[in-house]
Amino acid sequence: MSPAITQVQLAASEVQLAANEASEHRPLIISLFAAFVIATLFITVWAGRQTKDAADFYAGGRQFSAFQNGLAVSGDYMSAASFLGIAGAIALFGYDGFLYSIGFLVAWLVALLLVAEPLRNSGRYTMGDVLAYRMRQRPVRTAAGTSTIVVSIFYLLAQMAGAGVLVSLLLGITSDAGKILIVALVGVLMIVYVSIGGMKGTTWVQMVKAVLLIGGTILITFLVLLKFNFNISDLLGTAAENSGKGAAFLEPGLQYGATGTTKLDFISLGIALVLGTAGLPHILIRFYTVPNAKAARKSVNWAIGIIGGFYLMTIALGFGAAALISQKEITDSNPSGNTAAPLLALHLGGVDSAWGAILLAVISAVAFATILAVVAGLTLASSSSFAHDIYANVIKKGKATEKEEVRAARLATIGIGAVSILLGSLARDLNVAGLVALAFAVAASANLPTILYSLFWKRFTTQGALWSIYGGLIVAVGLVLFSPVVSGDPKAMFPDVDFAWFPLKNPGIISIPFGFLMGWLGTVLSKEEPDTGKYAELEVRSLTGTGAH
Amino acid sequence: MATDAPPPSKSQPHLPTTEEFVEVQESAEFGELRRAHRSFAFPLTVGFISWYLLYVLLSNYAGGFMGTKLFGNINVALVFGLAQFLTTFLIAWWYERHSSSKLDPKAHAIKTRMEGGE
Repeated sequence: MSPAITQVQLAASEVQLAANEASEHRPLIISLFAAFVIATLFITVWAGRQTKDAADFYAGGRQFSAFQNGLAVSGDYMSAASFLGIAGAIALFGYDGFLYSIGFLVAWLVALLLVAEPLRNSGRYTMGDVLAYRMRQRPVRTAAGTSTIVVSIFYLLAQMAGAGVLVSLLLGITSDAGKILIVALVGVLMIVYVSIGGMKGTTWVQMVKAVLLIGGTILITFLVLLKFNFNISDLLGTAAENSGKGAAFLEPGLQYGATGTTKLDFISLGIALVLGTAGLPHILIRFYTVPNAKAARKSVNWAIGIIGGFYLMTIALGFGAAALISQKEITDSNPSGNTAAPLLALHLGGVDSAWGAILLAVISAVAFATILAVVAGLTLASSSSFAHDIYANVIKKGKATEKEEVRAARLATIGIGAVSILLGSLARDLNVAGLVALAFAVAASANLPTILYSLFWKRFTTQGALWSIYGGLIVAVGLVLFSPVVSGDPKAMFPDVDFAWFPLKNPGIISIPFGFLMGWLGTVLSKEEPDTGKYAELEVRSLTGTGAH
Repeated sequence: MATDAPPPSKSQPHLPTTEEFVEVQESAEFGELRRAHRSFAFPLTVGFISWYLLYVLLSNYAGGFMGTKLFGNINVALVFGLAQFLTTFLIAWWYERHSSSKLDPKAHAIKTRMEGGE
């Protein structure tokens, strides 16, 4: 019997166990899911009625306040990978799970200090607006659109995989067909949110989700701390003991400390996390939803506060799960620990009590809301970029009307939704935080170098932009393809085959410097003169907001 | 320009010509704004990334040091991690203060003059 078959059978029987536990709570969970879906659909239709022109569809009319956008940015960023993945990683690997959240948070400073305000001042709807500002439009727009769509699809894949695992578990669905149906349902909902509600609808969905997620996390954190009389040392000690790993559970190294290669992998991951955020298209387009650069800056500040507070609480969730639930129960439920947070809710309320059932249902609904809001943001980013960068500026050479552009964006939403449903059902058992880290690596390798050079380097040319986008993109994706994430590992997407020759799971340590190098090399080797007039426009505009939309 | 300012009107403000942009870019006033931004943002970026990398490297290669218990079950690694949160909050606050006192007024003056269209 091949290892893969064994694994699938094991997983199925184990999910069955957990499913029985959850099945009696099913009506409650389903009604909370349905309540969220109905409420958000209502918002979507309302927002759709107010969406009249391209600025409404792409940028929500640019009328959100800094606080509203800060909340929506947080809603867009705190994905299922953060909520379920980090809590799960801490529950299984202790301290090493916590390392993710630090990179995810510190990364916001790059966005704050170097990217948010200049982007808001000089672009209109997409990341491509800024990258192509002083370059030859068609090739750079094509590159920016390609990279936006690739990064977003990577990220979507992670979210869809998480949705499949979580919802199937909570609803007690064990058949593969059932799981695929769940992924399809999530996909259809996100298509509806984005194509009807546009940025305005998506922003409101994200704000609602952020409030629910923060509320749910505060509740569970409070209950965990209450159990330990607010003695954090006691919580950590119990977690270490219950994990069976002792003091090592509270120290770095359980997940990444095994060999020289895993240590290098950790550095690679760390770099990708800290440099990736400011290159994530779905985050960048959020800065266009506020009236000006100052509001964009303030929304990042709000986001840093909200996201930082949230990650601090995930420490309590993760160690709480490790302290109160056996490792076996966590891995039985999901081999990567992705369901540790909902399990924790169940245990905090009492496994056989109504209170436990209610908590489980609430946290499950929060996780479901989280997934829906994030996939909507990602779909919006990729369909906006397709419509605005590729359709309007490349195919129609800038001559598309606003109506045509918005229609193209709506159609692209359906296409991207279909692709992600297909891919999402393929990658169900991967640790979702791991997949998101790959999206960060691609964003940091292809997008960030080009954004920074465009904004701050006078000599940067079209060729430099193309080399850095495609160079970073191809190397990052290529290395992932030949890494243990895809093949040659029991936890790989295709565990039965082995064409992995790149030893690291995260390509950042190679691909990010490569992206920067290619941008520089492409520039110094190009024959074209940089457009100094256009750079004057971009630079003055990016720092002062002169002529900003 | 308060954040609760009315939304920008759909009619475009006066858009300066490329020549005007070049002229402003070369002006001493704009040079000062650029310096005020870069001299703050660039070194600070290098600083917080180094500080973060130090943390990553220590986690990797100084397990013994990171595992040192300080009080109860709280070890150096945890305190170091929480310190990253703290510095992130502090830098965000510091940049906000710097921007609103040093950058916003300069930027606003240039923008108003250019869009006024002399």
